[in-house]
Amino acid sequence: MKRTFALTTLTAVLTLVGATAFADDHIDSAIKARQAQMQLYAFSLGTLGAMAKGDVDYDAAAASAAADNLAAVTMLHPGAFWPQGSDSASNDKTRAKADMWSNFPDVQAKGMALGEAAVAMKAAAGTDLAALRGAIGAVGGACGACHKAYREPAN
Amino acid sequence: MKRFLMSFCALAFFGGAVFLWITRADTLQADTLEGLTADATLGEAVFHASGCASCHTAPGAEASDTPLLAGGQKFPSDFGTFVAPNISPDPKHGIGGWTATDLANAMLRGVSPEGQHYYPAFPYASYIRMQPQDVVNLHAFLATLPASVTPSQPHEVGFPFNIRRSVGGWKWLYLNDNWIMPASTEQLERGRYIVEAMGHCGECHTPRNVLGAMDQSAWLTGAPDPSGKGTIPNITPAELSWSDADLTYYFETGFTPDFDSAGGHMAHVVENLARLTPEDREAVTAYLKALP
Repeated sequence: MKRTFALTTLTAVLTLVGATAFADDHIDSAIKARQAQMQLYAFSLGTLGAMAKGDVDYDAAAASAAADNLAAVTMLHPGAFWPQGSDSASNDKTRAKADMWSNFPDVQAKGMALGEAAVAMKAAAGTDLAALRGAIGAVGGACGACHKAYREPAN
Repeated sequence: MKRFLMSFCALAFFGGAVFLWITRADTLQADTLEGLTADATLGEAVFHASGCASCHTAPGAEASDTPLLAGGQKFPSDFGTFVAPNISPDPKHGIGGWTATDLANAMLRGVSPEGQHYYPAFPYASYIRMQPQDVVNLHAFLATLPASVTPSQPHEVGFPFNIRRSVGGWKWLYLNDNWIMPASTEQLERGRYIVEAMGHCGECHTPRNVLGAMDQSAWLTGAPDPSGKGTIPNITPAELSWSDADLTYYFETGFTPDFDSAGGHMAHVVENLARLTPEDREAVTAYLKALP
């Protein structure tokens, strides 16, 4: 009887430890995934921004391709990348403030704004350099709006 | 004994007088704004360069050309939490009843219309370098913004910092209008005016001493974030290796050279800088690049 109890306890403890480890792994990979998404934004914006800044010559085909990719990445379903418990108070691999999870409608609105800015960029990027320059400000504004409210300062 | 008592009283009286003199709320000379006329259009540029909306809009408010300056953002510090007041043109809850002189005493001397010291969370230690003409223009522009009836909230500051009189001692020690860096060209002078005076960049990017004054010997070399999390970066050329074009582009769009974007309070700052002229953004870049 005593032995059964001990075994049950052991199994329960192991299951719990296993579940916690799984949850941590799962949250860590979700954080990595969404950071990869941010990297993809930055990569496409790098192409568009280099033209906007005048670092490289304007190339309509390359600009269009970058803008298409940027817009495509904004269309990913975000839910799986942002699980509960993946905020900066619970995990030191992220700078995402816990406020994100308590202000969901606002986060969603800011995400939509980025999507709209990216769609506008998709239309502008292949037109000419002036249109590209006009559209990139709104993309930067959308990035900044979310980072302003929901990202902790860097160390 | 009687003589001792008399000397003691005389000394105490003298000490008290010196204390009162040091901690008094020192206002501008009455004729400071004499002969100046207001231009609200020019005041709009002063408004953006001085970053008024960054702190005085409600928490979470969207950027706007005509922001509602209702106040309510909280600023934690080692001395307590300061709450930005309503500075919209509402005559009761905002500053609609203020004269240009009231605004100048607030911004250039840190003194309220009632003759009380403001806490230096309000960056008058930077604004003190501003031209009175710019304050007069700003006063006219502020009157064009929408009014809010949200009451200002009290600061959450404990003893002894809740004694406003003590701010007078702080001012006596630290408040002055000296320029921090030399400026040899017109562009560097303009950059210096935006960085050291209106833009009050040093208030976050310069470390503070135990009494909360900016350590000018470590000018713009970065500081712990007052929220307790993270660091505000060193923006001198020793640490910040961005090109001139990268810096100026960051001020316009918030994009870093590797296309991350400004966040936190710096995102507010970029919203302001984006509303300045390209020449002003280039002047800020020139100033930062010339830092030691």
